[in-house]
Amino acid sequence: MTSKSKPLPLELPSPRSATLSLSNAWRLRLKGLALPVLIILVLECIVRIGWLPSYQMPAPSEIALTLADLAEGALWKHISASLLRVLLGFAIGAGLALVFAAWVGLSREAEAWLEPTFAGLRSIPSLAWVPLLLLWLGIDETSKIVLIAIGAFFPVYLNGVAAIRDIDRKLVEVGQMYGFSRTRLVRRILLPAALPGLFTGLRSGMSLAWMFLVAAELIAATKGLGYLLSDGRETSRPDIVLAAIIVLALLGKLSDGILAGLEKRFLAWRDTFNGQSAED
Amino acid sequence: MSEHLLDIRVERKTFASTTVLQNIHLQLQPRETVSLLGPSGCGKSTLLRIVAGLEKDFQGELDSRAGEVAFVFQEPRLMPWLTVEQNIGFSADNHYDKAWVAQLIDEVGLTGFADALPKALSGGMAQRVAIARGLYSRPDVLLLDEPFSAVDAFTRMKLQDLLLELAERHAIALLLVTHDVDEALYLSDRVLVMDNRPSRIRQELAVQLAHPRDRRDPLLAQLKALSLTELQRAHVI
Ligand SMILES: Nc1ncnc2c1ncn2[C@@H]1O[C@H](COP(=O)(O)OP(=O)(O)OP(=O)(O)O)[C@@H](O)[C@H]1O
Ligand SMILES: [Mg+2]
Repeated sequence: MTSKSKPLPLELPSPRSATLSLSNAWRLRLKGLALPVLIILVLECIVRIGWLPSYQMPAPSEIALTLADLAEGALWKHISASLLRVLLGFAIGAGLALVFAAWVGLSREAEAWLEPTFAGLRSIPSLAWVPLLLLWLGIDETSKIVLIAIGAFFPVYLNGVAAIRDIDRKLVEVGQMYGFSRTRLVRRILLPAALPGLFTGLRSGMSLAWMFLVAAELIAATKGLGYLLSDGRETSRPDIVLAAIIVLALLGKLSDGILAGLEKRFLAWRDTFNGQSAED
Repeated sequence: MSEHLLDIRVERKTFASTTVLQNIHLQLQPRETVSLLGPSGCGKSTLLRIVAGLEKDFQGELDSRAGEVAFVFQEPRLMPWLTVEQNIGFSADNHYDKAWVAQLIDEVGLTGFADALPKALSGGMAQRVAIARGLYSRPDVLLLDEPFSAVDAFTRMKLQDLLLELAERHAIALLLVTHDVDEALYLSDRVLVMDNRPSRIRQELAVQLAHPRDRRDPLLAQLKALSLTELQRAHVI
C-alpha cells in the first residue's frame, strides 16, 4: 500500500548527518583507546628505565613478542580447548537456565516447588563445587564443563525469572482481551517483552562462564588458557601469564561483543537513555 | 425495548471487603454511544473490565449479543517491539489483513507511519494507533477507558471527531468512560452519572441532538449545567 512504501523522515538521516555521526563514532572509539595506550607507553618506559625488574613485569613489547611466539606454536591448541569448554558449558548452563526461568517465571506452582531449592543452591559459592566435581567426575573434560555450566546457570536463571515477572501486566491484558491462548500469549507478548532481561542474563552468564573456565583450568588441566596461566607461573614466565590474560580478555570481549550485537539487533525497538553526548 | 447489544447487570462487585459496584443495570443498543461519568475510584474502569470479560469475579450477569468487543485502554498499550502496522493487526498475529490495516492507518490520519516503532510516536499518535487496533477486529462494541485523557485539548477534540466518524462509518456502539463532562455530552446519546462507592447509576441524561454536533450548542451547555449539579450532589466536585 501507499503507506508502506513511504519511508519515514526519521529513518533516513541525510548524508551529511550520517558522515557526521560516523566521525563521531570514531572519535568516541579514539577516546576509549587513549587510556590503554597511555598505560602501555608508561609501562614500557618504566620497565626500560629499570624501575621495575623485567622478571616481574615484562615490557609490553616483550609480551607482544611472547604472544607472537606462542601464536606460531601451542596458542591455538589452548584457545580452541578453552573456547570449546566455554561454549559447551555456557550452552548447557544457559539452556537449562532458560528452561527453568520460563517455567518458574510463568507458573506460580513451579515457583513454589522449585524456587526454594534454587535459592539454596545459589547460596553455595560456586567454586565450592570444585572438589566435589573432581571427586565425582574426575579431572577430565566433564568436570570442567559442568563447573562452567553451573557458573553460567544462575545469572541467566535469575535474570530470566526477573524479566518475566517484570513484564507490564497492562500489555499482557491486551492479549487476554483478544482471548489469546497461553502459548500465543508467551510467543506474542511475554517472550518479546522479557527479551531485554534475558539478554542481560545471557551476557552476565557468558562472563561468568569465562571466569569458571579459568578456575577449572587453573586447578587441573593439560591444555587451555588457564593451564597456560599456571604454566607461566610455575616456570616463572610473567610474560606468558600476561599473554594468556590478554588472550582471555580478547576472547571475553569477543563473545560479549557477539551477544551485544545480537542484543542491539533484536532490541532496536527499546526506547532507552543512551547517555549524554559531550555537545549537550 | 429494542434489540440490545449488551445487557449488564452487576448485583455486587467487591475487592477484598470493599464493595465497589452495586445494583448496576446497563444496556447498550446497536450504534449507540453511552458515556460513564463519575468520581475517581467509583468503579468505572472496573465496570468496563467486567463488560470486556477481563474481570470475571463478580455477582451478576453479562448478556452479550455483540460479536467482537474491543477495548481501548487509558494508555495506548502498544507493543514497543512491533511497528504501527503490526500493532494494529496484533490480534491476527503475523497474517493480518494488510489492506484493512492500511485503510485504518489512513483513517486515523497516520499515513506514512506504517513502519514506525511506537517510540517514534507522540502520545496522541500512539492513542490513534490504539484506536485503529481496536477497530481492526471490526467490533460491534468498542469500550474506551478515558481514551483521550493523556492528550492536549486540541488533539482531544480531533480524536473525538475521529472516533464519532469511525463509529458511524463502521456501525460501532461505544461505551466510554471519561472525566470530561463536555466530552461525554458531545459524544454520547446517553450520559450515565455514577455515585460514589458503592456505586450505582445515579442519573441518566439523554442527549437528543443529531450528529454532527456543534460544540457551542446551547442544549449542550444546559445539559452540562444539569450534570454538574448532579455530580456535585454525588460529591464528585
Ligand atoms: N485489582 C484491584 N484490587 C483491589 N482493589 C481494586 C483493584 N482495582 C480497583 N480496585 C478498587 O476499586 C475501586 C474502583 O476502581 P476503578 O479503577 O474501577 O475506579 P475508576 O472509577 O475507574 O477510577 P478513575 O476514574 O480514577 O479511573 C477503587 O477504589 C480501587 O481501589
Ligand atoms: Mg479508571
